Parts: sequence; structure tokens; C-alpha cells
Amino acid sequence: MKPFEPVIVAFCCHYCAYTAADMAGSQRLTYPPNVKIVRVPCSGKVDAIHILKAFEKGADGVYVAGCLTGDCHFKNGNTKAARRVAYVKKLLAEIGINPDRLEMFYMSAGMGEKFSQVASDMTEKIRELGPNLTPKATSQDDQKAVA
Amino acid sequence: MKTESVLEKVLASGKLAVTSECGPPRGAVPEKIKEKAELLRGYVDGVNVTDNQTAMVRMSSLAACIFIRQMGLHPILQVVTRDRNRLAMQSDILGAYAHGIDTMLCLSGDHPHFGDHPQAINVHDIDSIQFLQMVKTMRDEGKFQGGADIQNPPKMFIGGAANPFADPFELRVARLAKKAKAGADFVQTQCIYNLDKFEQWMQGVRDRGLHEQVHILAGVTPMKSAGMARYMKNKVPGMDVPDEVVDRMAGVPKEKQADEGIQICVETIQRLKEVPGVSGFHIMAIEWEQRVPEIVERSGLYPRPEL
Amino acid sequence: MITAERKPMEEIVASIQPFQRILLVGCNECVTVCAAGGRKEVGLLASALQLKFLKRGQTMDIKEITLERQCDPEYVEEVATMIDQVDAILSMACGCGVQEMARRYKNLPVLPAVNTKFMGASERQGVWAERCQGCGDCLLGLTGGVCPIARCSKRLLNGPCGGSTNGKCEISPDVDCVWQLIWDRLKSLGMEDRYEDIMPAKDWQTGRGGGPRKIIREDMAE
Repeated sequence: MKPFEPVIVAFCCHYCAYTAADMAGSQRLTYPPNVKIVRVPCSGKVDAIHILKAFEKGADGVYVAGCLTGDCHFKNGNTKAARRVAYVKKLLAEIGINPDRLEMFYMSAGMGEKFSQVASDMTEKIRELGPNLTPKATSQDDQKAVA
Repeated sequence: MKTESVLEKVLASGKLAVTSECGPPRGAVPEKIKEKAELLRGYVDGVNVTDNQTAMVRMSSLAACIFIRQMGLHPILQVVTRDRNRLAMQSDILGAYAHGIDTMLCLSGDHPHFGDHPQAINVHDIDSIQFLQMVKTMRDEGKFQGGADIQNPPKMFIGGAANPFADPFELRVARLAKKAKAGADFVQTQCIYNLDKFEQWMQGVRDRGLHEQVHILAGVTPMKSAGMARYMKNKVPGMDVPDEVVDRMAGVPKEKQADEGIQICVETIQRLKEVPGVSGFHIMAIEWEQRVPEIVERSGLYPRPEL
Repeated sequence: MITAERKPMEEIVASIQPFQRILLVGCNECVTVCAAGGRKEVGLLASALQLKFLKRGQTMDIKEITLERQCDPEYVEEVATMIDQVDAILSMACGCGVQEMARRYKNLPVLPAVNTKFMGASERQGVWAERCQGCGDCLLGLTGGVCPIARCSKRLLNGPCGGSTNGKCEISPDVDCVWQLIWDRLKSLGMEDRYEDIMPAKDWQTGRGGGPRKIIREDMAE
């Protein structure tokens, strides 16, 4: 049996978190391939449904990464994102999913190391938590997606 | 005279009236109410019987009043609009009068939130002011609220509550005016610790001549302990307990605090006697009725007038 | 608007448990404004329910649609073509909508996904507060536009009671004393002398006390 490799979806804002990911790349800092980055114009663009769909489609962990507090390029997109993440955490708990599978992070464009650290930490945390959906359930989902 | 009420007679005579209070038991235990009432015999002109006080179920005020009336004492029936609609209230008033109860208090009542049945709906078919109007119409016009005639209309001496310490203060005199206009013959105030504020309210009351339209019985409550003083200061809405009172209670060793509380109560009554417009006192010694005779005596209010 | 809040997930899951195919219907009016049952909330609930069932190793067939309103027969009719593909309807509309769906689709269980709360207004983004109880005989002209029936904990028409503290109701420091609000309004309108007018006992027949109510417009009803 294959060891469990978590699938992590990271919604990264274009101005900071995504650029930090680039920075990590140019600094030759590695981060786990488990993390799939989705670039958004602002973390505030991420809505509850995007997070839930990520889990529904098989993500074991999700995080939203935005600019540092007070530095959001769209003024307060990151605070809105944080409120939504808190809201979805409660919803996850209500449906029996560990709310620790979802997190909110803040970083600036130059923080390549932080990006890399967050990615690794999240991957390890989720690895320990195990798969979100049972393998049986995930394959059913794959079949649905194909159909 | 509008009624046969002893309280009305005492007030009409110009002498200071004294009333006190009994809370019915949380069960079908008539002895408890009889014991409390017996302690007050000869020391008061009327005994309030509370109605599901603090929204907790107790023996009905009406039933307890009947026991007290049968003892030859003079109960004051308290009725809150929280638990009964206008039919039930008029019905209870007829029943009370038929049992010889001739004095009552019309109140809104504490919200069920505070009590043992927060799930219950609060009725408030009418409010305390509409209630005063209704009872006055029953007495003076002999008509039910709906308009029909009453056989042998109840001649109730009608009271209300007044709270000079609730907010907004600027409305509290106007509120008394409304109650007077609605039909209150007397009011009993919330217990007084802040004498300055009370005197400020009384000034406003006198300026409008309200003390001549409605008799004002000043409420007093003896503190049992410094803890009670603090609780009343911080946890009871509409209560004003100045720091000096709390400090005075706390400044005395624990075993002496009860006596200090009685002393403060007596001093309060003495000071209130000097306030023009005060027609008497309402002594609320909840679960401490045995100290009421002492308070009445030490305040120079004993014996009660023979009328 | 009529406000509502989504029922706890446990309750919703338990109610749809016996079925395989659900039609999840939202409403584009009141419940959209209070973010309880509009298009977004339908999507969210469908996804959350799917996740819940996936975790159990099951799937649920959930069709999603949001109608303009569910309280008008013309809009309720729009899902008629989908009915034979589902076993139950889960409605995110207020109680009015749920009942109209049930009335039209007699052979299907119609389940509520939200708890309808009160008639209210938005105080600000994300905050809705009770304003009206439909007493049927509006007295707002007498109280400076502030309703004591909906907003006084004791429904006093001649308030405030003795529990009003610092402009707050005795039951909680989070609840405004509406009589303080009314008094402030009367002052700002120069209508203080209105305060001593006694408001007589209310005739509750125009409200719910008279039984379930109906309005008929003779010029419009056939």
C-alpha cells in the first residue's frame, strides 16, 4: 500500500503570497510538491465555496495566504479572507471534518522562506491527520468527476 | 373613600402608612405564608403578596392573599401582566374581591429570562399603565375592559410601582404622572439607598403636585450583609446602591453586618420622614420578615393607628 | 426583510438521511439579503452536505436551483420539470416559501434548511435586527418611528419599565431599551409631550391573536 501523500490546495494572493512562492523558487528553497498553488488577485477573492469545493474534490488540507496585516493591496481583502476562513472552520467542524485542515497565513512578497516553511508545516500537519476522505470515497469522487 | 381598604383609611387620615411584603412558597405549603404574615400582625397596614416574583413559579398571589385575609390581616394582591391576559386578570380581581381583598398592585413583572421558566411566552396583553386604567374602570364605572357591566364591581384601592432610580431619570417623574392619570391611588417605590437621588425625584414630583394626586410609599430594604449590598449594586437592574452604603456594610465585622443593615434601614426611614410628600413606607425584608417589627418600632411607626 | 439562519448541519443531515436524490432550492429575495438561503448559500450547503456524505463513504445526488421567490406560485412552478428526478425537496427559503413548495408538490417531502427568525432590517453589513411583529395596526407614527411591540422585551406601550439601565434592557446589555430610543426620538422631534399620552390597551385581533390572517384585494382577486 502506498504511503499517504496529502493533497494541499493553497490559495495565494498575486501581490504577496504568490510572489513569495516565486521568491522561494529563485532562492532555491524547496517546498513539498503536495502543495498545489491557486493564484488569486487578492486573498479576499477566496470565498467559502472555493474552500469547500477544494475539500469536496479531494484536498486533504487547504490554506489561504494573503498579505501581512495592514498591507493588503486591496485595503482589507486579507481581513475579509480571515473572517471567511474562521467561518468555514466552524462549518467543517459541523460536518465532522477537523477544522485544523484549513488555515489562514500572512506573508509579504519577499518572504520566500516563510512561504516554504508554511508549505512544509502544513503538509506535515495534514500528513499526520491522514486523508480527509477515505480512499474509497475519493475514488467515487474521481469517477463522478470523470462522468 | 373609594374603598374599604385599611391602607386607604390610614393614608386619608394623614398618618404615615406602613406596608410590608411576603413571598409565597415554592410549593403548596400554606403554613409558610401564614408564618410570615403572622410576624407582621399589628405592625403594618397592609401586606404585599408577590406574584411569581423574579419570574419563578410560586404559590399564586391570589391563593396566598386568601390565606392571609382569613387570618384577619390585610393583604395587598400583586399582579403582573407578564403571566396573564386581561380576561384572567379581571377574573382574578373578581375572585380576590369576593374573598375580601380590597387592595392591589398593578405591575409589569420581571422578564422570564431571569426565572426558572425562560422558555415561557411572556403575555403582556396589556401593560401596567393600561392595567391601572382597567382596574379603575372596573371600580368607578362598574364595567369590564371589554365594556360589559360587572355585577358587584370590585372596589379596589389601586397601587403601582415607581422606580426613581431606573433610566432614563428625566422620564421618571413623567412616568409617575402617567400612572396617576391612569388611576393609581398609591405607589410603592423601589428600595431607596440613594437618598439624594430620591429627594431629587421628589422635588420633581412636588413641582407637579403629583404627591397630592397619588400617595407615595417610600420603599426600604434592610441589607443582611456586605455581599448582599454588592449584589444589589451590581446585579439588580434599576437598583441604585451608593458606594458609601456598601462601604459602611463592609466596614463592620461579618457577624455585625445584619444589625448594621437594620440600623441603616431605620436611619433611612427617619430621614425619609422629613421629605415632604412621602406618605408612608414599604418595608421589603425578603426572607427576613422577623426583623420588620423591630424596624417599625425603632422608626417610631409603632403602634399602627386604630381606625 | 424576513430573516433566517441555516439550521445546524446535524439537523439538516438527519432530515435528508432517508433520501437518495435531493432538490436544494434557494430563494433570491429575503434570505439572499440576510445570507441564509440565496444562490451562494445553496452552493455552500450542497458542497458541505456532499462532503459530509463523502466522509461516510456515501454520495448524495443534490440538484441545486435558486428561484426568484418561493412565496409565489409562478416561481414555485419552475421546478415542476425536476420533480420526478428527486425524492425530497430541501428548501432554503423562509417558512412561507417552504409551505408554498409543499402545497404545490404534494407528493414529495419538503424540508426546511433554515430557521425563519423575524421581520427585520440590516443595521450594517452582516447584522440584522428585529423591527416588526406584524401587529396589523401600525402605531409607528406615535412613537417617533420606533416600534415598542417588536423591540420592547415586554411589549410595553407605555414604557419604559423599572429595569431600563443606561439605555439597555434589563434582560441583556446587548439589547437596547426601545423606550429610551423612543424617548430620544420624541425629543429630537420636539414631541416630548406625547410621552404622557396614555396608549390604551391594544386590540390584538388585527395581529396573530385573531387567528391566521389573509388579505384579499377585490380588484385583483378573481
